[in-house]
Amino acid sequence: MFADYTSSELLSIFAMQGFAGLILFSVFVLMALGLAIIFGQMGVINMAHGEFMILGAYMTYLVSNLFSSYMPGLFDYYFFVAMAVAFICAGALGALVEWGLIRHLYKRPLDTLLATWGLSLILQQLYRTIFGAREVGVSLPDWLMGSIPLTDMIDIPINGLFVMGLTIIISIVIYTLMFKSSWGKQVRAVVQNRPMASAVGINTEKTDRVTFALGCGIAGIAGSAFTMIGSTGPTAGQLYIVDTFLVVVFGGAQSLLGTIASALTISQSQSAMEFFLSGSMAKVLTLLFVVGILMLRPQGLFALKIRH
Amino acid sequence: MSTKELRSFLPKQDAINLAILAVVIMLVLPLTLDIFRLNLIGKYLTYAFVAIGLVLCWGYGGILSLGQGVFFGLGGYCMAMFLKLEASDPESTAIQSTPGIPDFMDWNQLTELPWFWEPFYSLPFALIAVLIVPTIFAYIIGVAMFKRRVGGVYFAIITQAIASILTILIIGQQGYTGGVNGITDLRTLLGWDIRTDSAKYILYFVNAGLLILCLLFAQFVRKSKLGRILLAMREREDRVRFSGYDVSSFKICVFCLGAAFSAIGGAMFTLQVGFMSPSFVGIVPSIEMVIFCAVGGRMSIIGAVYGTLVVNWAKTTFSESFPELWLFAMGALFIGVVMAFPRGLAGLYVDHILPQISKLYRKIKAQLDAKRNSSQLAAGNQES
Repeated sequence: MFADYTSSELLSIFAMQGFAGLILFSVFVLMALGLAIIFGQMGVINMAHGEFMILGAYMTYLVSNLFSSYMPGLFDYYFFVAMAVAFICAGALGALVEWGLIRHLYKRPLDTLLATWGLSLILQQLYRTIFGAREVGVSLPDWLMGSIPLTDMIDIPINGLFVMGLTIIISIVIYTLMFKSSWGKQVRAVVQNRPMASAVGINTEKTDRVTFALGCGIAGIAGSAFTMIGSTGPTAGQLYIVDTFLVVVFGGAQSLLGTIASALTISQSQSAMEFFLSGSMAKVLTLLFVVGILMLRPQGLFALKIRH
Repeated sequence: MSTKELRSFLPKQDAINLAILAVVIMLVLPLTLDIFRLNLIGKYLTYAFVAIGLVLCWGYGGILSLGQGVFFGLGGYCMAMFLKLEASDPESTAIQSTPGIPDFMDWNQLTELPWFWEPFYSLPFALIAVLIVPTIFAYIIGVAMFKRRVGGVYFAIITQAIASILTILIIGQQGYTGGVNGITDLRTLLGWDIRTDSAKYILYFVNAGLLILCLLFAQFVRKSKLGRILLAMREREDRVRFSGYDVSSFKICVFCLGAAFSAIGGAMFTLQVGFMSPSFVGIVPSIEMVIFCAVGGRMSIIGAVYGTLVVNWAKTTFSESFPELWLFAMGALFIGVVMAFPRGLAGLYVDHILPQISKLYRKIKAQLDAKRNSSQLAAGNQES
């Protein structure tokens, strides 16, 4: 399949596809980080995670509309406000869901899965009722449009660069929160041994709620970033949920580093194959590869050694 | 089999419930509904096969598969491939550039039948494939997963991924599978037109009969040693393992059984509805099938059938009159059944209706006894 291309063409194809893969990687990482916290740390399967992401995307859409109609002068910077709004809204909804739904089901993980699936159906229909069934897109401020030409054949889009930068910053923030702050220590303690954590005075219920809300909030930011590279529809979240779960499981559910590594593997292999095969075959092969590896190594790439 | 053995496999209460269900689907529904509605019920009942399989896998074995649509679809596709080949004989496809191959292959510039379609010219092969292909597929998944002690939520996620893979594959390989439209325009089964009203009646009864057989088989599994080991495994897997049982083999066995049930349902679906498409394979239909089972009661095989009928009937009614409300109702159903009624309709029946019935039964019996006593008393008085 490489025979039809010259070597310099191949190089630029790989560079361009690699970069396209990096954007996919950013979305995966942002989605998966939230999920890794919720699923990996708390053991809760949140099938509505995609809908939390879409909530962030719709919030971004609303904020961009608000800015363009009321504060056109500040339109260049709307994205930062939108991100904060998306984080807060998705996080607040997350806390509400944890309080109303998840909290009662910690001991029944499979039932959580069904209940959150129901939640995702309700949210989807809610979006459809409020925002309409058609996909909506946001208009980007000028400084995010265009691309940087590296060579004749390689162009790097600026919004892609921005999304990647965002991903890196958020990953670092999450890492610091989880592994350097006292709150992160509490979360990890609750995960490893709930009764003991409770016995030493950690409020486990509150920790659970904040953790869940944080995971959902990150999904909201992911949605915000998602608007820059694609349009948003009521069911867009469902397209990503299986991939994201695979990313988390493949990376080893309890390891944030593993999540990032597996997001990189999956997104890169998918976008590299996409150029040479059809999009659907690329996806099938990638997913088959992941499922195959998981059958050989069920604990994922980076497994934390915990005694149960 | 002696009466006592029969009793242990089919206790009186179960036998009564099964008989009621048989009367409902074999007599009441066919007599009260027109053929269009009855065909619809027949379609719902094909999902009930999946739900029964899920009761055994999930309710008893604790294995939640979110990919039952895969087996339903494989069974349905095996049947559809045979019917499609019969429908595309060289005469009726004479206008194609390559006559004698299914129309969608011709549209996708295929000039000869792919090798894996060849054996489906034979009905016996197709019928065996309906059962064997999904079962082998389930066996492979089961061995790969359960031998490595993957279970619970991981298993759910991976089966879901498999459902997603298969859907993408079917849609992507349009020339071989008919793509997103699926395999349509199926006409005859060995020359017998399956689209006429009389054929639909016959197929409905075949379907209902197969469902009763599956129910009896599932009842047999429930009451057998396998059923009890499954329950033990669901509660304390380690203890069963330490008692010397090979836990993974039992899990594989029940998973394959669930797959075979689903496949029968899929094949009957194709026959009754007249097409098969990837929209019955993917993640969304697979999870919906779980909710049929959960609404009926995840521990009750008969409840699963009622659950399937109720949810699908509600879905059809709602989406006919209030399409936008249906997803809300469905979501609420998911949450409600998990939070408030984890035992589903069967639980409601056992907790609320059954006591009422037995109360009523006792009341009537007491009244009859009293009447008999008083009449005896009266008779005694007359004699004296």
